Amino acid sequence: MKELLELYVAFLKIGAVNFGGGYAMLPLLEKDLVNKRGWTTMDDLADYFAIGQCTPGVIALNVSTFIGHKKKGIAGALAATIGFLTVPILLILVIAAFLTNFAEITVVQHAFAGIRVCVCVLILQAILRLWKKSIVDNITLILFLVIFFLAAAGSYVLPFKVPAAVLVIASGIFGVLFGKNGKSGEKGSGKEASR
Amino acid sequence: MTLLRLIFEFFKTGLFSVGGGLATLPFLYEMSDKTHWFSHGDIADMIAISESTPGAIGINMATYAGFKTAGILGGICATLGLALPSLIIILIIARFLDHFSDNRHVQNAFYGLRPASIAMITAALVNVIKVALLDLNAYAASGNLMDLPRVIPIVMAVILFFAMKKLKWHPIVFLGISAVIGIILKL
Repeated sequence: MKELLELYVAFLKIGAVNFGGGYAMLPLLEKDLVNKRGWTTMDDLADYFAIGQCTPGVIALNVSTFIGHKKKGIAGALAATIGFLTVPILLILVIAAFLTNFAEITVVQHAFAGIRVCVCVLILQAILRLWKKSIVDNITLILFLVIFFLAAAGSYVLPFKVPAAVLVIASGIFGVLFGKNGKSGEKGSGKEASR
Repeated sequence: MTLLRLIFEFFKTGLFSVGGGLATLPFLYEMSDKTHWFSHGDIADMIAISESTPGAIGINMATYAGFKTAGILGGICATLGLALPSLIIILIIARFLDHFSDNRHVQNAFYGLRPASIAMITAALVNVIKVALLDLNAYAASGNLMDLPRVIPIVMAVILFFAMKKLKWHPIVFLGISAVIGIILKL
């Protein structure tokens, strides 16, 4: 019970400050869950985000469910997911009831312009740390470049936008076909990721 | 009865929207036309609100629509309805991974998935940069490349980058400081 409460509170905190979309959650997860509590590793997080991207639903919720499940099974998954939802639900209820023009308030706009700058830097740092563990050779580097190009600029160059789910599934298949991880390797032991 | 319908409609949205918050948008427009629980204008407002609150657009819209339709309980039910499909699916996948994470093919799949995951995160970063550090409107108006970068936010980003390397503070602290700087400098 104590562990479930811990999970709930940990994700409540992350849900409360998770501005800027699902990926902005990565630095928060890294600080709180990888470094401080050691509940998961950066490797696992990269996996969760990949899967969260190609399964239905909000990425942040998918990742919460994964970590909760890893820590404490189904009850843990529920605790983490509901924890993550708590503050956004409360906030929107308050905004819907009282503050109809919330997003137009000037102070709010300035504050969030500042927060967005910070979110850029936070995400960049998380990418740099993930990079070392995931871009391990030329094949993975090329894969990164191709997927990045398709995800970021694909819609300008191609006549259609390749759905993220397609990109993720294709990369998984590519890995199965060309990956050379013979055995279980070092997955799960990735302590150095938590540094 | 309304509560059940709320759960059902948002359950469907949660089940079929793959790829993050914005993927829920087409479903929300469809739901708006069908149920009249909220208007297209409400959706536009909610996109703005979602940009300035934690929480994804899908979650926020569910809470908002549920509240408008059936009060606080409605807000909670609609949101849980949205979250339920992904919860179930992820639990199934997590179970599967527990058993097969040592499997060679699963390992190899992740060998390909991890670079893809980072590439996707980097693409998301580009989108935030476009809004936070660049002024696409000014550039489009003048055609002058010098109008593209927003100087103050870029300087702020560089300072933040090195500050984060030096000071191992919690990200929340940096987010709070950045909000205050944003207000002071009227970013």
